[in-house]
Amino acid sequence: MLTHPLTLITFIPLVGMVAILLCPRALTPMCKWVAALTTGLQLPIAVWIYAHFDSATSAIQMVERHQWIANYHVYYFLGIDGISVSMVLLTALICFISVFASFSITRAEKGYYALLMLLDTGMMGVFVALDFFLFYIFWEVMLLPMYFLIGIWGGPRREYAAIKFFLYTLLGSVLILLVMLALYYYGDAHTFDMTQLAARAGSYSLTFQRICWLALFVGFAIKIPAFPFHTWLPDAHVEAPTAISVILAGVLLKMGTYGILRVNYPILPAASHELAWIFLGLVGTINIVYGAMVAMAQTDYKKLIAYSSISHMGYVMLGIASFTAVGINGAVLQMFNHGTITAMLFILVGVIYDRAHHREIDGFGGLAQQMPIYAGMTGFAFFAGMGLPGLSAFISEVLVLIGAWQTHPLMTVFGAGTAILTAGYLLWCFQRIYLGPLNEKYSGLTDLTLREAFTLVPLAAIVLLLGWYPHAILGLIHTSLDHLNQVVVNAATSATVALR
Amino acid sequence: MDLGNLASLRLFLPELLLIAGVLTIIVLDLLLAGGSLLGELSLIITACALLLVAEAPHAAGDWLFNRMLVDDGFGFFFRVLIILSAIVALWMSIGSDEVKVCEQGEYYAILLAATVAMILMAESNNLLMAYLALELVSLTSYVLTGILRDNRRSQEAALKYLIYGGVASGMMIYGMSWIFGLAGSLDFSVINRALFMTRDAPALAIFIAVVLILSGMGYKIASVPFHMWAPDVYEGAPIPITTFLAIGSKAAGFALLTRFFYPAISHLTASGRWQALSNVDWPQLLVVVCAITMTLGNLAALQQDNLKRMLAYSSIAQAGYALLGFVLLSNDGVRAMLVYLFAYYLMDAGAFVVVMIVANATGREDIGAYRGLAARGGVWPAIALTVFLLSLTGIPATVGFIGKFYVFAAAIRQQFYILAVIGILNSVVSLYYYMRPVKAMFLEAPEPDAAPFTAEMWNYGLMGALTIATIGFGLYPPPVLDFAERSLRFFSGQS
Repeated sequence: MLTHPLTLITFIPLVGMVAILLCPRALTPMCKWVAALTTGLQLPIAVWIYAHFDSATSAIQMVERHQWIANYHVYYFLGIDGISVSMVLLTALICFISVFASFSITRAEKGYYALLMLLDTGMMGVFVALDFFLFYIFWEVMLLPMYFLIGIWGGPRREYAAIKFFLYTLLGSVLILLVMLALYYYGDAHTFDMTQLAARAGSYSLTFQRICWLALFVGFAIKIPAFPFHTWLPDAHVEAPTAISVILAGVLLKMGTYGILRVNYPILPAASHELAWIFLGLVGTINIVYGAMVAMAQTDYKKLIAYSSISHMGYVMLGIASFTAVGINGAVLQMFNHGTITAMLFILVGVIYDRAHHREIDGFGGLAQQMPIYAGMTGFAFFAGMGLPGLSAFISEVLVLIGAWQTHPLMTVFGAGTAILTAGYLLWCFQRIYLGPLNEKYSGLTDLTLREAFTLVPLAAIVLLLGWYPHAILGLIHTSLDHLNQVVVNAATSATVALR
Repeated sequence: MDLGNLASLRLFLPELLLIAGVLTIIVLDLLLAGGSLLGELSLIITACALLLVAEAPHAAGDWLFNRMLVDDGFGFFFRVLIILSAIVALWMSIGSDEVKVCEQGEYYAILLAATVAMILMAESNNLLMAYLALELVSLTSYVLTGILRDNRRSQEAALKYLIYGGVASGMMIYGMSWIFGLAGSLDFSVINRALFMTRDAPALAIFIAVVLILSGMGYKIASVPFHMWAPDVYEGAPIPITTFLAIGSKAAGFALLTRFFYPAISHLTASGRWQALSNVDWPQLLVVVCAITMTLGNLAALQQDNLKRMLAYSSIAQAGYALLGFVLLSNDGVRAMLVYLFAYYLMDAGAFVVVMIVANATGREDIGAYRGLAARGGVWPAIALTVFLLSLTGIPATVGFIGKFYVFAAAIRQQFYILAVIGILNSVVSLYYYMRPVKAMFLEAPEPDAAPFTAEMWNYGLMGALTIATIGFGLYPPPVLDFAERSLRFFSGQS
């Protein structure tokens, strides 16, 4: 029986980090195993949380609350509901996988794994923190390891990509800080407690809500990343080492949409209802279409996946903006599925980059003959990315589109139509790399190693499982999401009534 | 209470100890050849003075020396902060290669004298006293800046400092004469009563006087437009002195600024807000000064390749953030300013300690000396400097974040939204230059002819202590916050 599961799952990596830092020089090769063990311990805790989570209620569970900074009513306040529990599972899974995807790193391993563990704590903390101050701390703590992980272990333009990432996200987070303070000082009872801030949502004036909503939106949109704040992402992805791309696409991007669901929707419901269709619906649709079109024009394999990731995050935004229970459930499911599928895709890109040391799509050809298992796995991931029935993304994208159809039919048409573009660029890419005659230069390439297979198979299994049994996640999240959706819709109705 | 000369001495012990220290060092310098161990002795004396401050009785407040000085909660804060700054400066002086070649006796005696002067500045209750203290700080600082006699940069810096300082203090004393003419006194509480009681106080005359006085104080805290001396002086002075000027002298400047603009020429209302004299719009003026100081400091720092010079511009910007708390005209704001100054003390001192460690090892202060520092054996200083620079940016889990948070929180509470937005955008801009050394240390390869890195444990000790404090107070800030809260008491004779 675990008494503090959330503290444990958040801070285990920090313990791992200390252990790695204390590793004597002679034992440096052991660092990766310490990291593997640490994230390996996180997984069973995540499973325990999954098993003990009560999905029948939308209330906060597994609460831990202690006073931290009395002068500012700051609490160490952790808890999860349906929205966060799926993200906790995803984070534990992706971090575990990414440690194994990092084994090809040979330079300064100690620093690498220590930073990876710190990143893990930061991400997990964001998903379990319910005190806005604490949430912000975790949100920012994550930036620094990411900067170094891209900046030290990245590709040729790593310094540029790292500082661009840092500046962009800091700009977003300072806006969040300002809103956090404005919310804190609104009214007489000062609090950072997100549940209390949400409980007094009715008292905020509409103008105040609008300003806060927009500032928060920019902060979160940079992370998603939503058009036009997406330009840091392709740079960061292209330069980042494989495992970091996996974390970036698998977990980090979800923080943007998670933030909208955690802060914008419950705390500023009236403004959400008013503004979401433009800033989430329309921008989401632009993300879908624009991302897919730019992906089609890419010659770099990793950049193509990066833009495809931008495109797929658009579905999440569109689903959130639908204000239907189906759409919003589909959006969160899509967050989870996007995490597993793009993680697979980036690992697959990493596999070929490790062997050929370049990622030019046109520089390959016929790899299917040389590396049949690798090609098969890529085919599977591509099909999942296209949203083929029987694989997880199909369910979530269809749910999003069904939900969005009821409120934004035109956007839905564009969103659904882009499935053709998606199939286009993925199949075209597949054809150029894996089919046709084998490029003689690469006749020496070996197929997937056992370690690489080990990082891919669990993800593939989950993609397949959720394609047939989406209830495994939907059952977990739907009570909280239905409730949240109701809150926003009700707030909008009462605002309209008040106007009349 | 209004204490006379003899009765005041009891509450003046820390300062007396420091003055005795100055004399002792002068005498010992004559007796001992080479002046070894004088630095250690000064450090011990200063540490004892800190103990005396901590032991001092906490009364509601007293006027000392027939109302020349005031001993209250606010003064206590700055006594502690200035003595802590002196301890850092002395510790660094002992470990600095630059200082080893100076005349030890003069150097340490003047450093202690500067400390006393800064404390007096923070405690003054009378414009005359304030002027004398400020001039004493300036004179000692000129000498300390120019103490490297064979270094042209140091000489040039001292001269520049002297000329700027002369102009600024001249303007200040002229402004004081206007105040004396208007209020009939130099005593802060008498000035306050006179200005608020007179119905038809000439607003324009008061405004001119206030602006003139501001120039002297603005020069001490290096706010725009009196900041021009700072980059050259910070670059030219020996690093321990640069540090002392950046943290100690600036703190004293803020203390005097607050004493004059709050208890002397404003009224505290029951709601914790301060009310400025009607028609005398200095708050508006300072809002503009604050915004420009932050922005200009940060923009100028972007292009600097010399770390000392970069930190000089950064300290101008940092003064701007502290001013942000000052201009809010509320107790919230002053408290935030105190928290910020404490945070600034830890992180800026830390950054300069690392600059000194690197300068000791390589003889250089430019960014090239930092290339690949982590890879060539300096991983600890590299990590420490990263912590300090992130703290200066205001990234969480450091004390700098707590300071910024407090300042911006106070600004938002007082509804200075635009100023808060300017401040916060500035901290994004500042990230770019604060990360440049970090990038050089971790991301870039060492220069091919770079020697392996060595440093002494003595300097590492100070660096480690400041790093731990920067992170520790970042994670658990209540001690700092309570300290600032307790210090928010100005003695004005009523209670």
